[in-house]
Amino acid sequence: MLHEGIVRMKLDPAIRDQVLSTVPSLRAFAISLCGNIDRADDLVQETLLRALTHIDSFQPGTNMPAWLFTILRNLFRSEYRKRRREVEDADGHYAETLKSQPEQSGRIEFEEFRQALAKLPPDQREALILVGASGFSYEDAASICGCAVGTIKSRVNRARTRLADLLAIDTADDFGPDHATRAVLASGGRT
Amino acid sequence: MGEGHKSDHMKNRKTNLEPVEPGAVKPESLNPEILRPTGRPATAHRPEARLGREAQARIGQQLRDMYARYVQEGVPPQIADLVRRLSEQE
Repeated sequence: MLHEGIVRMKLDPAIRDQVLSTVPSLRAFAISLCGNIDRADDLVQETLLRALTHIDSFQPGTNMPAWLFTILRNLFRSEYRKRRREVEDADGHYAETLKSQPEQSGRIEFEEFRQALAKLPPDQREALILVGASGFSYEDAASICGCAVGTIKSRVNRARTRLADLLAIDTADDFGPDHATRAVLASGGRT
Repeated sequence: MGEGHKSDHMKNRKTNLEPVEPGAVKPESLNPEILRPTGRPATAHRPEARLGREAQARIGQQLRDMYARYVQEGVPPQIADLVRRLSEQE
């Protein structure tokens, strides 16, 4: 997969450091998108390989994280189309391989949230993560996803509403019979 | 919360209680009578402004917590190694 020997350039150390400093967030984005660490690492490696072998197409001074996230997002989407059924199976080996295990109380909440996120359509999931966790502006997220800013806003809103439903988080109009119980569970027993 | 908006909520809610799968709607049924006040078909999804501030904050926090946990993992050795090798080749 590494295609040894095709790279024939020396990378500016400043650019290399920009890339390296983006990797933890890029990888978090990949894990959040596909819910599987092994596949996320493959995505990150493929992204970095493409980026670093096409570094000429990056304009110094522009947004390095947005550039890398765009590449990873496009790779994920083309892979998703090929492996749709597999990806929709949200289970799979996953958080067990994380080094930092949440404490028991936070673990249920974490697990519930992760599973709910995996149930979102991919366009909503990526928009929510980019804006709500990766720290991109709506404009950057729109550019990463190749759509209009209004589309991103709408996807983020729909993602939040759907997550609230899935997690039985109390909304202004919640009439679920057991939402109070589930809200306690969802908060990991705090309050 | 603003009681003044309640009538709007009620209007929207009525359509939401009858969820229809987007694919199940035939084009000929897209007549003006089932358009919501926003001009969009009353078929697709729940109104976007429904979620309360507190629920949004909770979801935002859980999302950031999850992400922070992933970020904390740092850069796996094989990835750092890949970047190093790719950037040092001439």
